[in-house]
Amino acid sequence: MTTYIIRRILWGILLIILVSALTFVFFNVFPSADPAILRAGRNSSPATIAHIRHNLGLDKPVYTQFWIYMKNILLHFNFGYSYYSGASVLGLIKDRLPATLSLTVGAAVFWLLAGIPVGIISAVRRGTLLDRAAMSGALFFVSMPVFWLGLVMLFLFANDIGRFHVFPGAGTYVGLTNDPVKWFTSLIMPWIVLAATSAAIYSRLLRGSLIEAMGEDYIRTARAKGLTERRVIWRHGVRSAITPVVTILGLDIGALLGGAVITETVFDIPGIGRLNYDAIVHSDFPIVQGTVLLAALFIIVANIIVDISYAYLDPRVRYS
Amino acid sequence: MTDAGPPPQGESIAGDDPAPAGGPLLTVDDLRVTFRTDDGIVHAVDGISYTVEAGKTLGIVGESGSGKTVSSLSTLGLTRSRNSQIDGRIVFEGRDINAMSDEELRKIRGNDVSMIFQDPLSSLHPFYKVGWQLMEAMQAHQSMSRSAAHTRAGELLELVGIPDPKRRVDQYPHEFSGGMRQRAMIAMALANEPKLLIADEPTTALDVTVQAQILALLGDLQRRLGTAIIIITHDLGVVAEIADEIAVMYAGRIVEHGSTGQIFSAPQHPYTWGLLKSIPRLDNPRDEELVPISGRPPSLINRPSGCYFHPRCPYVQEPHKRIDPRLESVAGESDHTVACLLSTDIRQRIWEGLQTGRDVDSLKRLAASGNGRSAPATIPAAEPGEEQ
Repeated sequence: MTTYIIRRILWGILLIILVSALTFVFFNVFPSADPAILRAGRNSSPATIAHIRHNLGLDKPVYTQFWIYMKNILLHFNFGYSYYSGASVLGLIKDRLPATLSLTVGAAVFWLLAGIPVGIISAVRRGTLLDRAAMSGALFFVSMPVFWLGLVMLFLFANDIGRFHVFPGAGTYVGLTNDPVKWFTSLIMPWIVLAATSAAIYSRLLRGSLIEAMGEDYIRTARAKGLTERRVIWRHGVRSAITPVVTILGLDIGALLGGAVITETVFDIPGIGRLNYDAIVHSDFPIVQGTVLLAALFIIVANIIVDISYAYLDPRVRYS
Repeated sequence: MTDAGPPPQGESIAGDDPAPAGGPLLTVDDLRVTFRTDDGIVHAVDGISYTVEAGKTLGIVGESGSGKTVSSLSTLGLTRSRNSQIDGRIVFEGRDINAMSDEELRKIRGNDVSMIFQDPLSSLHPFYKVGWQLMEAMQAHQSMSRSAAHTRAGELLELVGIPDPKRRVDQYPHEFSGGMRQRAMIAMALANEPKLLIADEPTTALDVTVQAQILALLGDLQRRLGTAIIIITHDLGVVAEIADEIAVMYAGRIVEHGSTGQIFSAPQHPYTWGLLKSIPRLDNPRDEELVPISGRPPSLINRPSGCYFHPRCPYVQEPHKRIDPRLESVAGESDHTVACLLSTDIRQRIWEGLQTGRDVDSLKRLAASGNGRSAPATIPAAEPGEEQ
């Protein structure tokens, strides 16, 4: 098991190096605005632009730029500085991460609290009106694009532009340590929007998985043992059915930590996704690079955690 | 259901009497189980009756789809669902299981009546240790501490002959071999010292050598613990070893019922003959051919007319396709019943012919010779003649 984990971690590191190289290549190969001109502003002289270009190191050959860039990352853990503001990329990410973390973890709690009970009830009461209503609802939420649902929510419930002034609207995010109550209320709508699709997916997934599990022979054994139906469902059925849910939960959280770009943009939350979006718009390569690497890191780590958790969920995995 | 069904074999059905002193442990009376499916109504069990005495073994034999598993699952109420309909009575120690609430039934399951299944690997939960699963069975019915239950789990594994039980108790099912898993299932079924153990094809998924061990274990445990056993199998060889009585099922009905000796020495039903001739026996000539039963088990949705076995019966006569035979006593053997339209005499001569290796065509002629006298085609209720 330990060798397996070490091997997975080494592969992960290699993958991150590859991702950083690829990001660099993409950014240089594909057309984008000249960062030096963008920074110099309107009506600047060619000398100023050349000066800026030199300062940013953009006048060096591409392979030298690549070398310096990789060396900084690998040896100094330095992700560079924003072409625009000159701020440290690592510092920016550290500033933005709490918002993304808040959004992701809160949304995950929401979609698990909604998706798991709905999935279990639908599976246990399979074929009933309740099941059909729940699954139709799930289909509805799965089909809704996040940006659309976000805008509709704002239009209906935001306390500035909404029809019903219920929740704080876009751009009201406050850090948890500054004002926990405001933090909570400002995130309710983004959480719901981000959780809606996932809750629907999770309930359908768990329903299918639990229906399959409840048809297994060991469920019949559990009933024949004289266990209560409640215990049969939870300790025997759900225990087996939850494995695929844990898998996609890990991957979803990993992906969202890399930045929920649309949700953060719609609700104007200063998170990683928003940072990434702004950087792309401004050709601010070091920030794009930093956020992409962060996203890759989260996804790789999430994958490793999912694989390790498998061994704890299913004892048969440990020996193969 | 138009026919009144066979007369109950046990005259004394316990009824609502809560104290069944001396009565049978289990009485199944005219049990019918149907399932609603998209294709139609499946008549899985179609009016069967039998009794099991305390400490005795009943073998239920039949092909896949003959209703033998469904009938035994019903004994534990495990066929209850929105799509099933269960009629008749299943009286265990004087209480009708069909009339019980789910909670009353739960208290009987695994406690007074327990069950083991065909495939011990899929029947044990793959994520829990064997000992944990045994402890769960005990703690569902008794209040006992974790450590006491754990100790008892080890003792149970030892009882069923699992070596090194202290270590095995903390292992997962996938670390057990097939035979060991079935032993663990038996240990789990015995955890609360049940009065009745239902074994559904307990040896089918196992190696032949292990099969004999498991059967020997069941017999041994029965002698030591006094547990009554219902063993369900398609293999007459299995029941020959441990059953006191045998019920042969076909298409949801019992077609023959007698003591193990009667079934093996003087079988009455052509289907039983088929089962017996399709298994090798050491006491038969070595060059004897095994004869498979031709055809397939009938659909339980659209059942054949007349005798359900008639499409596959080598000795079928015209009236048999219309007349539904009842389970009746064999002449001279009051505890041996059969549902066959051939006369007792003809049956006896055909069975003797089969024993001596006469060719089937001459036996078919023999069956035809009794036709018209024993089963008048005009009378819908079957009256197989007692004399030729």
